[in-house]
Amino acid sequence: MSLPPARYSFGGDEHIFVELNTEMSLEAFFKGMSITNAISQRQILGVTEICPANAAYQVRFDPDLVAPDTLLAQLKSIESELGDSALELNTRIIEIPIFYNDPWTYETLMRFRERHQEPSSTDLEYGARINGYASVEAFVAAHAAAPWFVSMVGFVAGLPFMFQMVEREKQIQVPKYLRPRTDTPKLTIGHGGCFGSIYSVRGAGGYQMLGITPAPIFDPEQGLPYLKDFMVFFRPGDIIKFKSINRTQYDAALAKVQDGTFDLRIRPVKFALQDFLKNPTTYNHKLTETLYGN
Amino acid sequence: MAIKVLHAGLATTVQDAGRTGYYHLGIPLSGALDQYSFRAANLLLGNAEDAAVLEMTMLGPKLEFTQDALIALAGANLPAKLDGVAIPNYEVVVAKAGSVLSFDYLKDGVRGYLAVAGGIDVPVVLGSRSTYILGAMGGFCGRKLQVGDVLPVGAVTGPSHLGRKLPDQLKSVFPKDVQVRMLPGLYFHWLTEASGKLFFEDTWCVGAEADRIAYRFKGGRPLEFAPRERPFGAGSDPSNIVDAGYPIGSIQVPGGLEPILLHRDAISGGGYAMIGTVISADMDLVAQLQPNFRAQFVAVDMAQALVARAKYKQRVSELRKALTS
Repeated sequence: MSLPPARYSFGGDEHIFVELNTEMSLEAFFKGMSITNAISQRQILGVTEICPANAAYQVRFDPDLVAPDTLLAQLKSIESELGDSALELNTRIIEIPIFYNDPWTYETLMRFRERHQEPSSTDLEYGARINGYASVEAFVAAHAAAPWFVSMVGFVAGLPFMFQMVEREKQIQVPKYLRPRTDTPKLTIGHGGCFGSIYSVRGAGGYQMLGITPAPIFDPEQGLPYLKDFMVFFRPGDIIKFKSINRTQYDAALAKVQDGTFDLRIRPVKFALQDFLKNPTTYNHKLTETLYGN
Repeated sequence: MAIKVLHAGLATTVQDAGRTGYYHLGIPLSGALDQYSFRAANLLLGNAEDAAVLEMTMLGPKLEFTQDALIALAGANLPAKLDGVAIPNYEVVVAKAGSVLSFDYLKDGVRGYLAVAGGIDVPVVLGSRSTYILGAMGGFCGRKLQVGDVLPVGAVTGPSHLGRKLPDQLKSVFPKDVQVRMLPGLYFHWLTEASGKLFFEDTWCVGAEADRIAYRFKGGRPLEFAPRERPFGAGSDPSNIVDAGYPIGSIQVPGGLEPILLHRDAISGGGYAMIGTVISADMDLVAQLQPNFRAQFVAVDMAQALVARAKYKQRVSELRKALTS
């Protein structure tokens, strides 16, 4: 699938916003990754922020150092130079444990039932039904089966947006709450539109709540081994594989988090978009082998 | 030298020029919302222009100084008293050891800045002392001040400028009715042509939800998005886009109802169509809008935005010239 040319727009006098496609796709995400990588490699004077997003990206710049039209022309030329080059990514695959249907998100969703499309169902029951799954268990199994790309980090510090690596017809889609909640437990696994998320901090939110992970992903104190390098764990391009855990496993992980010994399974991996698109199921199987092999 | 917090005020935080380079991970710019006033307070004292200060919001704190300190106030007119005696804004005064600084009711603007000679000396986190409350990082323990906090103040290196005042023409004014200039763009073309016009015709009132993250506006006619096929992954509302980054200063209109203008503690991205971005020169003005103040948005092009920016920079350099001696 080839993408239309990108659409460029100034965000005031300090940003250029680039929409790579109006709809979400892995191709648009990959194009954004390769363009934003090229921009950071060129170290363009005056560019202060380079922010890839799901199917778009933006740069923030100082117009006293680089004229808006000059920068715009540079970004357009980077897009045309890169063309449809082979899209490969050296990244990492990470296992994230999830306790689905946990008591904390359940308590929260019950508190905000009147803001939901279907107050008589839980978020999981609703998500399973509208996506055609016979049971919550089957829905959860699909959520945990295929890996996910981190396609954007943001909203608040360290929150990953995740896009599941399956054919479009298999993608889980759910609407957001009718009115956003004022509370979401920290480390809730959410889903809205076609995107998954992990709420890095407690706060407002509109995504359906599916479960919770014991693994902190944002910590200014950087207490855990995998947060030593930086307080934000996820990067766009990370690949996540969820693992369903039960209450006992969750409590054990939480105890390790508290004594500072909790760690994540992380393996380096090379991802090739064209190979993936040829046969996603086989490719995902290989990715999983990389994660669990030695 | 330290400052003890006796009352916290409504929302008092440590802020500086802000934090650059982490927006792609959801960590916003932060920093003083009214950058001009923040710089004025520091320059009066002879501090580094970007030294950390206290940003006070609507209701000032009550503070006790453990040692003699030179202080300067700028920005919103929060009438200040030292041990019960009124002191002027925009003038370097001495707060004696043990003296207590308090504030009367706000007269105009929203955010006042208190600078102390030597600067507020909290740890630098990712290149800045600014507080980012959503991320519980930076500033003093990553949060608003609370009763009992003790704020460290840095060592004073330069000479004393006791008694120095800011010339009147360099003080900001904070009118109740303002024009806010913005560059239409981003997803502006998703609005119907009629709605695109109405947005600039209507007068918008600042709502109660106006903070460092965002200003919400009310009172204008609802905006209509032109019918279009819902893009895959965008969500079901006509104002939904595939989640993308939000420029600082951008205006989104969820459901077409209430424009939300993101300021320096912006959420860095999300799924609502943005219809344009307030120009950098007018962001200080927005920072001083109280709930129920009225704004009219004025469309400008890039050339006009850059002229306004140059004018703003010119004013900052006049500030430096007047206070660097």
